Amino acid sequence: MPPDASSPSPNENPPAVMARSLRRTFGEFVAVDGIDFEIERGECFGFLGPNGAGKTTTMRMIYRASPVDGGRLEVLGLDAASGDFDRQIKAQMGVVAQEDNLDTETTVRENLRVFCRFYGMSTAEANRRCDELLEFAGLVEKSDQRVQALSGGMKRRLMIARGLISRPRIVILDEPSTGLDPRARQNVWDGLARLREDNVTLVLTTHYMDEAERLCDRIAIMDRGRIVACDSPTGLIARCSAPQVIELSLRRGPLPEHAQPLLTRAQRVEHLRDRVLLYVDTPEDLVGDLTKTLPDHPAMVRRASLEDVFLELTGRGLED
Amino acid sequence: MRLPGDIDVKMALAVWWRNATVYRRTWLKNILPNFFEPLLYLVGMGLGLGFYVGEGISGQDYIAFIGPGLLASAAMNGAVFEVTYNLFIKLNFDRLYDAYLCTPAQIQDVAAGELMWAVTRASIYGAGFLIVLAGMGLVGYPILTSPFTLLMPAGVMLIGACFGLIGMWFSTFIRTIDLYSYFYTLFITPLFLFSGIFFPVERFPFGQEIAWCTPLYHGVRLMRGLASGELTPEVGVSVLWLAALSLLLMAIVPGRMRRLVYG
Repeated sequence: MPPDASSPSPNENPPAVMARSLRRTFGEFVAVDGIDFEIERGECFGFLGPNGAGKTTTMRMIYRASPVDGGRLEVLGLDAASGDFDRQIKAQMGVVAQEDNLDTETTVRENLRVFCRFYGMSTAEANRRCDELLEFAGLVEKSDQRVQALSGGMKRRLMIARGLISRPRIVILDEPSTGLDPRARQNVWDGLARLREDNVTLVLTTHYMDEAERLCDRIAIMDRGRIVACDSPTGLIARCSAPQVIELSLRRGPLPEHAQPLLTRAQRVEHLRDRVLLYVDTPEDLVGDLTKTLPDHPAMVRRASLEDVFLELTGRGLED
Repeated sequence: MRLPGDIDVKMALAVWWRNATVYRRTWLKNILPNFFEPLLYLVGMGLGLGFYVGEGISGQDYIAFIGPGLLASAAMNGAVFEVTYNLFIKLNFDRLYDAYLCTPAQIQDVAAGELMWAVTRASIYGAGFLIVLAGMGLVGYPILTSPFTLLMPAGVMLIGACFGLIGMWFSTFIRTIDLYSYFYTLFITPLFLFSGIFFPVERFPFGQEIAWCTPLYHGVRLMRGLASGELTPEVGVSVLWLAALSLLLMAIVPGRMRRLVYG
């Protein structure tokens, strides 16, 4: 359904989503604390952060499952904060919620068929769309089975297929691959890649670094209801204080006293529960000295990643 | 098409359709008990107990006295089950309403669709009952004796709507499914026993006054009036009573449901 011609549209090609000082509170708790962001059409935009950072609440406001307590929120140029355009907004949006909410009393195919009716499709149209989506999700053979018979990965793919029924211009995915095994995750990612080829705007949340880095054009890092940084994955990593990281394992015990002078040679040091991270420009000399001085603490060199950016910006790990 | 309260009929029908899809799979299994239950009540109570109620009640044979009231309670039961356990599962366990609400549907459409389905179930259930009541006439126990009998399906729908809304309203207050046992044992069962189906409510002090305040009493009075053709002003009052409560709950229930899903 195209947007209503009478609905307010300040410019001809508004961004997919635009938020200014967006806020949402639950009693005393501020879930989303005045955030600003803009999601362009056709891009894949990710919210990255630990549980409780406000990612899901932000998504729920975008897909109109949660009221807006303050600030502005526009989706495809329509005012989403007022609640007056919820039907129009939702008609152009596909949603894949965090927890599977499939219909357990109907078959795989009926799960799609029933939802086609919400978009006013004729029976023939609905049947054709179900065929396409079952094909897309790789569930053709399972189409007459009940949902309970599906694996976790298949359920997720069916959830995604259901979110695509109306050929939405924006697809919202809350933790699309959480709880899936590596093969199932790969499957989901392949499906999302195909959507990107069709120029669908993807908005997703994740607390997986690799997922964010791999799928997203831009990432907003969230912590305690705020966006602490927003950039492309490479742009974010470039903000890290140094490009290389030496990881010292603490598996065999804490670092001895005489390790301290070595640590001061790094630009920045992070002490985690099971390892120490040393941020350096050139790791070679330091690694050699560390291996000699601390034979019980194996050192590993890697490039700085999104996790390091997150650590530096928030002072804590993603899995905390 | 939009109804008052910003209800989109197409969306409500989609919700209705989902329930029909599930029901269609098992309807044959489900529909047979619909016929046994009235038959058992009419034979057991109507003919069994009725044998000892020699002169009947209010000038009617006992079986003719209880038949229309039992139809009213069948409409109640048919509607209530859909909007109690079944609704709770969709709302809280399967989170299916969250999925509906990601489509252009709004919560008032979902409420309307569920209500339509509750009325549908009440009608299916009531139709089985009506067929049995009519059949009793063929074997020498006339229960439906007036042309107004033809209006009984409409009465079933009104009772179904009223109880569908009551069940939905109750469902918005509870957090655990076990609490429905209170709804059934402390609300539905007393209504079944003390709404004038089996004996006149005047039997107990203030029985009439108390019963007047409860919905099934009016359902029974309406059905009894339609079956016998004695359309007294009280029957009209009962129709208005049921319609007024239904309208009141229609105004309240969508807001209550919104509070549950729109967090």
